[in-house]
Amino acid sequence: MTAAQAWPDQEGTHRPVVDKQVSAREAVSLVRDGDHVAIGGTLYSRTPMALLFELLRTGRTGLTLSRPLACHEADLFLACGAAERLVTSWVGIGLRWGLSPVLRYWVENSLARYDEWSHLALGLRYKAAAMGVPFLPTRTMLGSDLAERNQAQRVTCPYTGEELLAVPALVPDVAILHVHRADIYGNVQVDGYRHMDVDMARAARRVIVSAEEIVTPEVIAAAPGATMLPHFTVDAVVEAPFGAYPHECYGRYEADVGHFDDYVALLREHGPDGARRYVERNVLAHQDFDGFLEAAGAGRLRELAEAARELVP
Amino acid sequence: MTGVTPEERMAVTASRLLADNRVVFAGVGMPLLASGLARRRQAPHLTIVLEGGIIGTRLLPGRLPISTNEMRAAYGAPMLTDISDIFLYAQRGFFDYGFLGAAQVDRYGNINTSFIGDPDSPKVRLPGSGGAADIICLCREIFIVTSHERRRFVDAVDFITSPGYLTGGDSRRAAGLTSGRPAAVVTDLALLDFEPQTKQMRLRQVQPGVSVAAVQEATGFPLLLGDDITELPEPSPTELEMLRELSGEGQDNHER
Repeated sequence: MTAAQAWPDQEGTHRPVVDKQVSAREAVSLVRDGDHVAIGGTLYSRTPMALLFELLRTGRTGLTLSRPLACHEADLFLACGAAERLVTSWVGIGLRWGLSPVLRYWVENSLARYDEWSHLALGLRYKAAAMGVPFLPTRTMLGSDLAERNQAQRVTCPYTGEELLAVPALVPDVAILHVHRADIYGNVQVDGYRHMDVDMARAARRVIVSAEEIVTPEVIAAAPGATMLPHFTVDAVVEAPFGAYPHECYGRYEADVGHFDDYVALLREHGPDGARRYVERNVLAHQDFDGFLEAAGAGRLRELAEAARELVP
Repeated sequence: MTGVTPEERMAVTASRLLADNRVVFAGVGMPLLASGLARRRQAPHLTIVLEGGIIGTRLLPGRLPISTNEMRAAYGAPMLTDISDIFLYAQRGFFDYGFLGAAQVDRYGNINTSFIGDPDSPKVRLPGSGGAADIICLCREIFIVTSHERRRFVDAVDFITSPGYLTGGDSRRAAGLTSGRPAAVVTDLALLDFEPQTKQMRLRQVQPGVSVAAVQEATGFPLLLGDDITELPEPSPTELEMLRELSGEGQDNHER
């Protein structure tokens, strides 16, 4: 990692206040072959699944994916040959579903790279880029083999002489997020926790947001404290109700753990190729994300929405 | 009340380590059960923090989270923030306790959750650190909770994902890790700590009916032995009742 690679763009971005609402298909055209795509949310929470499924339909290749914790979406991109590198701190669905045989196959056979950083180190890498500085000092990961394997350098504090780890800025080409609501200009709100979405988006060169609802600017302005990104950070806005399904969206719907069970059963039957079959059945077999949601069934979605309402204030 | 499972023994043993009015950085599974039990019993003002950005979760009995980042993990919490922010609270020194599991752990409490075999050509690519490396670097007292098996308690870990006492002695401090320390290892066979000078793992207490020899047999390196190795008390009926109520025994937590 050279300083030049780590340094975020500072030439500025000029994003006029215009209607940015587009279809998922138009939005993902902002992603090019070989791009580094940062995926919002964490594990199976607020994953921008509608946009990711659309991105899989484009047949892009050579992607690097980064994410705080990667879930089954990472498997899908590896299995289709869309991604060749992951930058994250953990890969899997959850302990009860075991190790990902897809990750194991692709990484153990050197078909893909997994650059592992600690959770905070990855967060600080996005944060450095979001702050417009080339690195941030931290006490985490000191003494670990993770620091060595990533060639993370130490830095001496000019005031106290303390040695700290300097984690390099991480600049995604595109950040893709799913949120609760946005207006057409790209003012974006979420309910609940924000994962690493804010730093990730501010770090990225281009930002695509899907939202459960597109609302008027007046609705956004009525709760300004819930706004996590202003319009001048966002390039495209896509309306996508249930756009994180089968993952969860805080307060809106719980994750569909039965869907994960079915996915893991497919992997058990077909090995790593099960993930490619999953994409055929759930992504390529449908025209768009609505087709996938219809196949899941309105009843199922209603149950998940009801289960979510019991968990939030 | 039915027989005590090894998991229940570990959760109860770990929960007894937690004092009131402290802040614990927990993970899902055993650490969350132990922390939830402590809150119900001796530590009603214990604040449970989860890496998803959740401060002060209360947990809905029978609907425990599978992930530290999901709605169930946030149930009843007075504050939600972002992931990096939670770890920065830890770096600032706010978190008294941190829990970790381990695929491999060595005599100095170094933990591997990244690779089995050579990292450049691994036999198994494990899921990775998640927040584990951060927790062991940034929380004050670290508790390692894992089942006690020879394949886990190894002479040398294949990769240090989460640095414990590194090579023992003063090496952890010398690496720049100046605040936290691995304090205890809780297993289904024993409670262990680290000898203050050499920082080597030391057997302190055994689970009921477990011999010192059995603990050593399940450990891939020679254990230091504490002065007076006693038996841990059995989980009390109250502890078991609270624990089972929390986990929703008799129903699968994860199914709806």
